[in-house]
Amino acid sequence: MKDEIIYLDNAASSKMDEEVFEAMKPYMLDNFAVATSDFAYSMGVEAKEALNDAREKIAGEIGASPDEFIFTSCATESSNLALKGVAEKLSDDGDHIIVSDIEDFPVLNTAKSLEKKGFDVTYLDVDGEGFVDLDMLEDSISEDTVLVSIQHGNQEIGTLQDIEKIAEICEKNDVLYHTDATHTFGRVPIDVNEIPVDLITVSAHTIHGPRGIGGLYIREGTPLKKQMDGGFQENDLRAGVENIPGAVGFAKAVELIDEEENERIKGLRDNLIEGLIDEVHDVMLNGPKERRTPQNANITFHYVEGESITLHLDMRGIAVSTGSACFSKSLEASHVIMGIGGDHERAHGSVRFTFGRFNTEDQVEEVVEATSDIIQKLRDISPLGKEKEE
Amino acid sequence: MENAPYTEKVIEYFQNPKNVGEIEDPDGYAKEGSPACGDMVSLFIKVDDDTHEITDIKFKSYGCASNIATGSIITEMAKGKTIEEAKNITWQQAAEELGGLPDMKTHCSVLAVDALREAIRNYEERHGIGGEKRETTLEVVRKRLRHVMNPMTGLDVIKTNLISDIEVEDGKITIEVDLEEDHQFASAVKEDIKEKLEPRWDVKEVNVIFVGD
Repeated sequence: MKDEIIYLDNAASSKMDEEVFEAMKPYMLDNFAVATSDFAYSMGVEAKEALNDAREKIAGEIGASPDEFIFTSCATESSNLALKGVAEKLSDDGDHIIVSDIEDFPVLNTAKSLEKKGFDVTYLDVDGEGFVDLDMLEDSISEDTVLVSIQHGNQEIGTLQDIEKIAEICEKNDVLYHTDATHTFGRVPIDVNEIPVDLITVSAHTIHGPRGIGGLYIREGTPLKKQMDGGFQENDLRAGVENIPGAVGFAKAVELIDEEENERIKGLRDNLIEGLIDEVHDVMLNGPKERRTPQNANITFHYVEGESITLHLDMRGIAVSTGSACFSKSLEASHVIMGIGGDHERAHGSVRFTFGRFNTEDQVEEVVEATSDIIQKLRDISPLGKEKEE
Repeated sequence: MENAPYTEKVIEYFQNPKNVGEIEDPDGYAKEGSPACGDMVSLFIKVDDDTHEITDIKFKSYGCASNIATGSIITEMAKGKTIEEAKNITWQQAAEELGGLPDMKTHCSVLAVDALREAIRNYEERHGIGGEKRETTLEVVRKRLRHVMNPMTGLDVIKTNLISDIEVEDGKITIEVDLEEDHQFASAVKEDIKEKLEPRWDVKEVNVIFVGD
């Protein structure tokens, strides 16, 4: 491994910003109190203020009031609470929920778990670029439908769903709408005053914040059953001692992101896609060209396998991920690539590059060069695609 | 990296694979796996007809690191051995030679070993040696079809019930496949079936019929 790595797996997790760390430090070493009531010792009161300030900052990012935002341990917990919380609370009204085929595992596997408990789940197909068909969504809503959960930005191929239209359809049909915004929060604006979405999952570690802290926006009045019993923290919806350093770090991470940075990341991403298409033949972009998250590029290199590509890149100090079955612990190919109508071969050679704050233009050049070289090397030993090259 | 999944030797062979390429007019050839279901290895051998020694061997891989490394080590191990000796090279030996492979990567690395055995079998079939010119019976056909992958599942076509009927008569084999003729994998499956059966010394014709609806 090289000393300095080029990290392009920011969708998996991102490097914590030092300013975030500095903001958290006092709440780990100096103020270690729980967020007590206003009438306790001063360290507890200060802790509570810090927690509330953080809540206000993060809620404000999506135009929500602080009362509508709770902290959780991660995006997975947030989505579990949203789906199970609504489904269980409203089980007398209906037992049907709708999710898309290409949701990330927190939503997908929570839906599957609810299905095992007897709920009826519709998994909506997506088109070749990963978009949900809005007519199909509307047709799928029945009298028994209580919740729709369709993500904002896709974790693998970056597809940005039209959450405004989806939310309007749900509102019109009197169905609650949850969206997993783990890969858009901070990167693509969402305003809950403009979009009638009821629940939003967010996370800190994908935007250079700490791990171990996530959040859930819950529109006022949304019925939700608490999932973990214990104390009355977080509006009595999420028991457990609050992670104050995490919350403070999360707020700092939100503060540090701006539109300029998102534009810069998008520029790097576009240069990478362009560079790879120019330098390497027989490649295809997975996901849409336009309506995609600014940090995501996902490319299939035909005739070669993704784990081999990532391993070679790793040896040159470049960290990326792949949808290849060989790469996953389960040996299953990416359900997202398969979901957009791809076959195993397309998933097999797919590589995801996701950008963050610390990536540079020089890195893009280096990655294009290294990738091009590696693909050539692997194609030389591949039994496929020979006829195309001649 | 202490906890890296691959040993240094695997990485070495992955980075600088040995015996990569193709042999024109090989004496034996095999292709195992399929691009649709994951890894694929093709392997070529030259065999001395008198000594039955493998004089040259080359492979190509569309696969992960363990697939490439195993292809590399297995070709090194087989070179210079007689086909009888080479047939007995096991996956365990190859894995040992590489200093070990992750358990979950067994499937990808076994392919290379299968390819070697299949290439030898292909040589034997062409020359009618081994198994005293064994007749291609229904049982033999079924056995051969276990090496044809069902691209939709990554398992073989027998195990996944993709074959609905097999007839063998006077060297003429007719196989019914439970797929629609215009199915995206139909031609790949057909080609794979023919490749596995046609080289046999007593097979005159292989017909693949698609009966899916």
